[in-house]
Amino acid sequence: MWFARKEGVVRRLVRDAGHLIRPALVLLAGVAVFLVVRSAIVPKAFGQYGHYRPGALALVRQRPIAYAGQDTCVVCHDDEATARAAGKHAHVACEACHGALAQHADDPAAHVPQLPDVANLCRRCHEKDAAKPPTFPQVVTAEHSGGMACNQCHQPHNPHL
Amino acid sequence: MIPGVNGFMYPNEVELQWSVLIVLYPYITGLVAGAFILASLERVFKVEAVRPTYRLALLTALAFLLVAPLPLQLHLGHPERSFEMYLTPHTSSAMAMFGFVYLWYLTVVLLLEIWLEYRAEIVGLAQTTTGIRRLIYRALTLGSYNVSPEARRIDDKVGYAVTVIGIPSAFLLHGYVGFIFGSVKANPWWSSPLMPIVFLFSAMVSGIAAVMVLYVVCSKLRKVPIDMRCLDTIARYLFYTFVIDFTLEMLDLVHRTYEADESFRSLDFMVHTRLWFSQVILQIMLGTLVPLAILAANQLWRFSVGVRKAMYMTAGGLTLIGIFAMRWNVVIGGQLFSKSFLGYTSYKMELVTREGLLSAIALMILPFVIFLVLIKLLPPWQEEKPR
Ligand code: HEC
Ligand code: HEC
Ligand code: HEC
Ligand code: HEC
Repeated sequence: MWFARKEGVVRRLVRDAGHLIRPALVLLAGVAVFLVVRSAIVPKAFGQYGHYRPGALALVRQRPIAYAGQDTCVVCHDDEATARAAGKHAHVACEACHGALAQHADDPAAHVPQLPDVANLCRRCHEKDAAKPPTFPQVVTAEHSGGMACNQCHQPHNPHL
Repeated sequence: MIPGVNGFMYPNEVELQWSVLIVLYPYITGLVAGAFILASLERVFKVEAVRPTYRLALLTALAFLLVAPLPLQLHLGHPERSFEMYLTPHTSSAMAMFGFVYLWYLTVVLLLEIWLEYRAEIVGLAQTTTGIRRLIYRALTLGSYNVSPEARRIDDKVGYAVTVIGIPSAFLLHGYVGFIFGSVKANPWWSSPLMPIVFLFSAMVSGIAAVMVLYVVCSKLRKVPIDMRCLDTIARYLFYTFVIDFTLEMLDLVHRTYEADESFRSLDFMVHTRLWFSQVILQIMLGTLVPLAILAANQLWRFSVGVRKAMYMTAGGLTLIGIFAMRWNVVIGGQLFSKSFLGYTSYKMELVTREGLLSAIALMILPFVIFLVLIKLLPPWQEEKPR
């Protein structure tokens, strides 16, 4: 008796609510597609060292080195190094002004660097700007130099007059 | 020295990073959440009077929800990369988690509820239409033609359950948008635990106003009479939520004023200068006090039908402008002052660039295009046969 009634309930439920399975299936299919795509796209070892693709490290390492670092420059350019060490630019790296010169450091004869464009170079760091700490030496370049190049009065490597 | 900048600005603050598109994003998401909550009024809280806008509200929510992520995509510049957020989500990123809230809300709540609601029509149309439309409807039936009264009764029950789940989901969807701003602790204009709640209530206000205006406009276009009982009820709920929303915003304001922390002078100055028009005039006066007064007047006195319609439309339109101004003031306002509290920059909207005014207008039109397609596909009108 009870069993038969229960069976009737189940059958009715399948009949009247069976269609609700369909959106669920669509949703599941969507999730399945997502998971397949995800496993295909996400790099295999993702997350090994952190939230990134470990292979990226090797790729970054493969890129050619652009900056030699000033320890390298100093080996050959003793004069500039000495001059700089004596002045306020002591802590400004060579390549901050000269640009990336790893190729030159590797083979000085084949890659002779261009000298920096003084008209823009000094301004980049010394133009007056309220956002800079007040202790940093800064000038309104147009007024200060009267149109002359900065290195007519200042030595780039040791800028004190 | 720099044009548009007064006083001291850190270099990275001079130019605004978040443009008008980021204003649209909370605005559009808010319309979704608000429209859905209006729909759930009828469903869960059994407010029979708003029945005529039930389907309209659902379709509005869907149309806007589909557009909601687009301003962000356009802002990113590399839209295809946003997909990575789903592939390798970072649990510490609120944005990544939001992606899932969005998907959940779209699929499990909105699409399912619309499908359940429309199943009888879809099956009917699949059997009566021809050609490509027939194919579309047949696909939409998902292969089931069972629309017997028992089956529909179960649909109704399940739809109810979905709506019940949908309300916290809609709250989550928009509360989250407020959360994103409220959790930026470096920005005193944003950083406030009230932010999600204020966003949520303003979302409800804008969504209800949008559906109200849409309902009147649609009825006008279709030349059918407006159900005034429905309109009055919506206006009443708009009034209630608006009062709460306004109270919360004023609470936030009073709290900031009383607390008067180190940012206050700077923010206060900003509100009195650069934000004066958009915040005080547009948002508070025109966008809040005027519609509130109109709606309140309707609670106190009975006006004739024509006057009421005009009043509601005015209130609804002003509300939509006011809430937009609120999003603007949050997003743009939060970037106008220096974190040093010593200077202010200005926002110059571009016109035809990727994040310019034209993109914003196009993005605002798009939901209405989708809405038109949706009402063609799934007509929400049912004056003839009340449930
Ligand atoms: C292996 C030794 C060596 C190293 C290391 C080296 N240079 Fe040189 N550099 C030279 C030589 C030699 C010349 C002269 C090349 C010529 O004129 O043909 C030169 C020329 C220059 C010049 C151009 C001088 C001119 O009058 O035009 C600059 C500038 C310069 N080096 C900067 C650098 C910097 C910066 C570094 C560090 C990144 C560096 N060099 C590293 C050997 C070196
Ligand atoms: C503050 C910017 C600055 C820094 C730092 C700097 N240089 Fe220079 N350097 C210049 C400028 C500018 C010139 C070009 C001078 C000219 O045109 O008269 C120059 C010229 C040179 C020359 C060409 C010879 C010369 O004196 O005209 C060499 C070689 C050189 N620098 C090497 C170096 C090395 C090595 C270092 C690091 C120890 C260094 N520089 C750091 C700005 C800089
Ligand atoms: C990469 C940034 C940078 C560039 C480019 C640069 N400088 Fe400097 N300069 C500095 C720094 C850093 C100091 C040291 C500031 C300090 O000690 O507080 C300095 C100090 C100075 C001083 C103050 C010297 C003193 O004794 O008070 C002068 C003058 C000067 N630079 C001139 C120049 C000139 C001329 C140039 C262009 C050839 C130049 N700088 C390019 C960073 C730069
Ligand atoms: C006509 C010569 C002359 C020229 C050209 C010139 N300066 Fe100077 N500069 C001076 C003198 C003189 C001083 C003050 C002496 C000092 O403090 O070393 C000075 C000081 C400075 C200082 C330090 C200011 C401070 O507050 O400590 C900076 C920075 C500076 N100059 C940058 C530049 C830059 C950048 C240019 C190129 C645009 C330039 N100068 C061109 C003569 C000159």
